[in-house]
Amino acid sequence: MRGLLKRLGVRGRNAVTAVPYLWLIVFFLIPFAIVLKISFSSTQIAMPPYEPLLHWTGEKLLQIKLNLGNFAFLVEDNLYWMAYLNSIFVAGVSTVICLLIGFPVAYAIARSNPATRNILMLLVVLPFWTSFLLRVYAWIGILKNNGLLNNFLISTGVIDQPIQMLQTDFAVYVGIVYSYLPFMILPLYANLEKMDLTLLEAAADLGCKPWQSFYKITLPLARPGIIAGCLLVFIPAVGEFVIPSLLGDPGMLMIGKVLWTEFFNNRDWPVASAVAIALLLFLVIPIMFYQRAQDAEAGGGVHRL
Amino acid sequence: MKQGLNVFRAIVLTLGFAFLYIPIVSLIVYSFNESRLVTVWGGFSTKWYGALLQNEQILNAAWLSVKVAVLSATLAVVLGTLAGMALARFGPFKGRTLLSGLTTAPLVMPEVITGLSLLLLFVTMEQLLGWPEGRGMTTIVISHITFTMAFVTVVVQSRLSQMDDSLEEAAMDLGARPHKVFFLITLPIISPALLSGWLLAFTLSLDDLVITSFVAGPGSSTLPMVIFSKVRLGVSPDINALATILVAVVAIGALIAGVVMARQQKARDRDAQMALAANQQMIESLKKG
Repeated sequence: MRGLLKRLGVRGRNAVTAVPYLWLIVFFLIPFAIVLKISFSSTQIAMPPYEPLLHWTGEKLLQIKLNLGNFAFLVEDNLYWMAYLNSIFVAGVSTVICLLIGFPVAYAIARSNPATRNILMLLVVLPFWTSFLLRVYAWIGILKNNGLLNNFLISTGVIDQPIQMLQTDFAVYVGIVYSYLPFMILPLYANLEKMDLTLLEAAADLGCKPWQSFYKITLPLARPGIIAGCLLVFIPAVGEFVIPSLLGDPGMLMIGKVLWTEFFNNRDWPVASAVAIALLLFLVIPIMFYQRAQDAEAGGGVHRL
Repeated sequence: MKQGLNVFRAIVLTLGFAFLYIPIVSLIVYSFNESRLVTVWGGFSTKWYGALLQNEQILNAAWLSVKVAVLSATLAVVLGTLAGMALARFGPFKGRTLLSGLTTAPLVMPEVITGLSLLLLFVTMEQLLGWPEGRGMTTIVISHITFTMAFVTVVVQSRLSQMDDSLEEAAMDLGARPHKVFFLITLPIISPALLSGWLLAFTLSLDDLVITSFVAGPGSSTLPMVIFSKVRLGVSPDINALATILVAVVAIGALIAGVVMARQQKARDRDAQMALAANQQMIESLKKG
């Protein structure tokens, strides 16, 4: 048996690599090719609701009908542009807020003593283990007009009329920052924890002020963590669907919502595919960046989840 | 300066953890609210838990979700471990870059894209091969395996790259075949990583809404799908009760996992010390002899 396998060129190692490889090619890589294919076809009322791209015509000729209409549609209709730009803007602002909150928290945890550190990191990770959907749902109860926050502000006399917070952009930012904060803290912490503190002592001995040494030493050394954290928040946030549809204004344009509506409500699979391809083309660059950062760091913090 | 740092730390940590935990605590508190209006307190009551147990739609969906999560987490651990082994142990091989790309991309890929592409794959496969027939549990499980195995791979790969491979080498030198080395040496050492990888995959699968909505057929609604359709209509107290149960399960699970891991770590440390002591004795007796 072993001899047979060897003759076939299947050694243990190859088998170990081949199984997950094949799985990912079939269920992750090929699907993108299919999305690309369907983004070039036209809609028809049938199941599945698109026309085949390849036609065998009578004379054994393969006819390929490429329909660029879906992409032209995306370019011409302002709705899609607005949705893309708005998603990128919302994701970008949320990423910056996540960094502004996440960095001090990660820094404070990394400078605690080792026993406290592990407990604090466990507390950061724990919410991640409870349902994402239910954590977003919790914010409805907090932000709505007779919700916790408005009630609190009225009872303390800060305001006398409830402020509309649910179904606004503000609620979407809160939801995204809240849900993705652990993804920012993890790589930052992994990075700050490894930092050599004697560098700071040396800087202080040489007369460096604390804020100077933070700016000149801590921040540059933390750069890989900052990049990994920002990409881990930004990339999925661009395509976010659940948070804007539960907390945001129903008219708020986010590309994830547009794709969902095209697919489920309009049943326009080709346009939904074109939206996905355009989004993917935009995200390829940050995803490759992330991959390179991951390869360099080999794990980079996500493994702590 | 030290004082300043401590004050800063206390403030930052208090605010940060308040932000992370107040929503969860509010969910739990209001699950015991008598009133139907979730955020207006009407007295203590556990009636929403009773209502939850009688809601057949939620119970069926929960059962389907648990089945899917167990199946897909188990298979994701198998595939993720193989991929993690290949990436951490086999050195540079042909196609390594592509494999590492394929395992990290699902970590950040927006779910709407993954969901749409998997659905289109299943539809195409059904047209060409006649399988999978329609959509339901099979397609959900396949999709969940695909996006959760990426997380398992990262966990296993990072554990393997931290692990000292001299034990494996020693076993090889003593004549153990590769598969024997894997099952007797590598697997026991990385078992905590496998456990946390399994739990992570299980949680992610149990929680997924977007990908599942694309690949689930009309007859198969998972728990997040039912919750989402209810929550869209507004807050409802039985969802708070459900959330509390899930939080309790996670907290207890985390506690047990923490205790088990601490114990295992202690046992390993003790074994390592004993091995070291035995080694020392042997060296000394050799010196004498």
